[in-house]
Amino acid sequence: MKSAAFWGALAAIFAAGLALTGAVANEYYYNALYLILQAALMAIAWNILGGFTGYVNFGSAGFFAIGAYTTVALNKALGLPLPLLILAGGAVGGLVGLGLGYLTLRLKGVYFAIATLAMAIVIETLVINWSYVGGAKGTYILTPEKHLWFDSYIQMLFVVMLLLTLAAVAISRMLSSSRIGRGLAAIRDDEVAAECAGVPTLRLKLVSTTVMGAMMGVAGAPFPFFVTFVDPSSAFNLFIAVNAIAMPMIGGTAHWLGPVIGALLVGTTQEIVKVTVSSEMNVLIVGVMLVVFITLAPQGIVGLARKHLRRRKP
Amino acid sequence: MSGELLRVTRLSKRFGGFVALDNVSLSVRAGERLGLIGPNGSGKTTLITCISGALYNDVGEIHFEGRDVTRLLPHLRARAGIARSFQIPKPFASMTVLDNLRVPLEYAARSRAAHGRVLDEAMRVLELIGLVHRAHENSAGLTQVDMRKLELARALAAKPRLLISDEVMAGLAPNEVAEVLAILRKLNNSGITIIMIEHIMHAVMRFSERVICLDAGQIICEGTPESIVQDAGVQRAYLGA
Repeated sequence: MKSAAFWGALAAIFAAGLALTGAVANEYYYNALYLILQAALMAIAWNILGGFTGYVNFGSAGFFAIGAYTTVALNKALGLPLPLLILAGGAVGGLVGLGLGYLTLRLKGVYFAIATLAMAIVIETLVINWSYVGGAKGTYILTPEKHLWFDSYIQMLFVVMLLLTLAAVAISRMLSSSRIGRGLAAIRDDEVAAECAGVPTLRLKLVSTTVMGAMMGVAGAPFPFFVTFVDPSSAFNLFIAVNAIAMPMIGGTAHWLGPVIGALLVGTTQEIVKVTVSSEMNVLIVGVMLVVFITLAPQGIVGLARKHLRRRKP
Repeated sequence: MSGELLRVTRLSKRFGGFVALDNVSLSVRAGERLGLIGPNGSGKTTLITCISGALYNDVGEIHFEGRDVTRLLPHLRARAGIARSFQIPKPFASMTVLDNLRVPLEYAARSRAAHGRVLDEAMRVLELIGLVHRAHENSAGLTQVDMRKLELARALAAKPRLLISDEVMAGLAPNEVAEVLAILRKLNNSGITIIMIEHIMHAVMRFSERVICLDAGQIICEGTPESIVQDAGVQRAYLGA
């Protein structure tokens, strides 16, 4: 995609989002869109480590919760405004990502994946025992009175999430086509060969875990204001981690567009099923889609499209 | 062209109880063409893996251009000018052939490559190796021959001072062997020191100025190609009498 077309598309999507808040009042739509965007942001973040670098992270829910609980703690302690809370969530998520990288990136394959899962459980245990942020009981967050020029707070949250997701798309695209992106892809394809080609593998993997952690922290930071009640079982929900893995897999992990397509497709299907069939069924949907795509299209939707394009133009 | 480029001193490496390298010492002059032969499992690949840094030796030292690189990380050795090809090709399978070369050009050769002309340089290397017509193909779909050429091309793109070619000619037809030999010769003429591991005897013998024969982790013979062929130990261990 040409650069001008890409930035134009981002601007158009953001403008459409703003226009929507002027035209539609029904709060349900913003709820649903917020959840889809949140999932997209998580999927994009997961894909930077899982797709670009080839390290599978099962601990996404941990990073998401770090963002959410950073907001809970700082909101209670200092009452910071939302933009600062999002920055703080990103910073803490990024730091934990860096730490996780230092501790675990010497592990490969399935061992790394298990370590990330263990990390999420450790963080959850810490939060359960931290009474300041509500511990196991959870805590209520008051939605601020002010919501700029928007009709309701959820409209504003939706626009904030839209902005964050578009920023993540831009970062992910820049990263994938940069020198660093090629270094990450080299690590994914063959780490030993990458080192022999001069790629500083450990440093690049740390960049990757840090960016992933920061994005996931950012995704979790507005969450307390969205749900208004946060407890460990909602913030550390396994479903968040499963979605973050499933969406890039379904969309295609090698390309920056993959997780976006996957999140839009799976997220939208989930929301539709939630209101038309049942709220429990949407878990099943991800499972079925994942199985279907892994068996029929292991490269995801982007992979399918590429194959199709290649066949048409010999 | 003289002076020592690489010096390996009393190198040992063991994997559990298995001694892969036992007290190996050797020295390579700048601009030299060195052949490394020996039966399978004699430690040739382990030796060059220790030199390129993916494995650390247990005992001994490695000096490159007078600098101790024994504990240097592999990517820093690549930057210092040590490049290798892999016996079993390890292409960056998700990338095109051209992008495969961009990685070493942008990392290993970063300080030496002309900035912003990475693609030109990559094309030049492909031209030299004879892979230009495959530049935009996906590297995973290459034939064995082209994949081996890609191995060599990627090592070259790192702009090495020392190029270690690990059985880059295995499985090639005679005319392709001649082609690769000509390329290596051309590289050597441009000042690159070459260590060649090879089982194709006529290729090693024709190419090398000096040959080292390893057996069971030890150097059993070292000398000119002619003297190596005559050596009784080499005949017993490797060539077959």
